[in-house]
Amino acid sequence: MLKVSDIAGRLGLDIRVGGDLHTEVKGCYISDLLSDVMANAGDGDLWITLQTHPNIVAVAVIKGLSGIIITNGRSPEPDTVRKAESENVTILTTVMTTFDTAGLLYNMIK
Amino acid sequence: MHIADCIEGCFQLMGGDFTNAGRASGDLKSMLAKLGVSQDVIRRASIAAFEAEMNVIIHAVAGTMHYTVNNEEVKIILTDMGPGIESIERAMQEGYSTAPDWVREMGWGAGMGLPNIKRNSDNLKIDSVVGEGTTLEIILYIRKEKTC
Ligand SMILES: Nc1ncnc2c1ncn2[C@@H]1O[C@H](COP(=O)(O)OP(=O)(O)OP(=O)(O)O)[C@@H](O)[C@H]1O
Ligand SMILES: [Mg+2]
Repeated sequence: MLKVSDIAGRLGLDIRVGGDLHTEVKGCYISDLLSDVMANAGDGDLWITLQTHPNIVAVAVIKGLSGIIITNGRSPEPDTVRKAESENVTILTTVMTTFDTAGLLYNMIK
Repeated sequence: MHIADCIEGCFQLMGGDFTNAGRASGDLKSMLAKLGVSQDVIRRASIAAFEAEMNVIIHAVAGTMHYTVNNEEVKIILTDMGPGIESIERAMQEGYSTAPDWVREMGWGAGMGLPNIKRNSDNLKIDSVVGEGTTLEIILYIRKEKTC
């Protein structure tokens, strides 16, 4: 079983909000369109995105995602951090591009 | 699963209030989980409710979300004051969106919300009057299942 903490460690991701880091990561979905994530992400997926506003937390809660990775050196907005803390949603960040992040993650998950 | 009474909830929604988006549908989701409704119904109901809640926040001025749950069904009704929908048929097409640029920059406005609602509900009714507002009635049937 692959946990969020395993991935954060192996990929060197910064833990901006640590929700339940022992949650199992079942897969990954990549999109910056929120309704696309609503339609196509799977339960327990890690979500890679460039979006940083608070609605990403709501999407993660409704979809039961295992966490969010924000790439390209972007930071979650202060409201996003606050919301993620109160909803217990994990937010990880990295300076890597989405491509590099996904490439490394792919080899861990598949 | 047996629900003794009719459970309900009601929420005010404000157009442009992106910060509180998801509060109403999040409440519905945890209520359904507490009642022991099947995972499938919880998943579909919360996706449909959230997309509908977002549409009020994105497209309308103000509105309400009201839900009721009994042993047969989950019913979610959203009523808003707003621009209304000119052509419901067109609005239902995937990719059609009138969302402004700044909303699209947030990743909304892909024109996928109404199709998502349709796909996840068992029954969807849309009533809209241009210049007045829109009402959505979303119904999901709770299948007779063993207690989960
Ligand atoms: N409550 C509403 N009031 C007025 N217009 C609406 C409402 N809901 C939907 N619409 C209209 O229908 C269109 C399609 O809605 P839909 O939810 O499918 O896409 P969207 O909200 O534009 O984008 P997305 O849902 O992908 O973020 C909207 O762009 C808008 O023109
Ligand atoms: Mg929408």
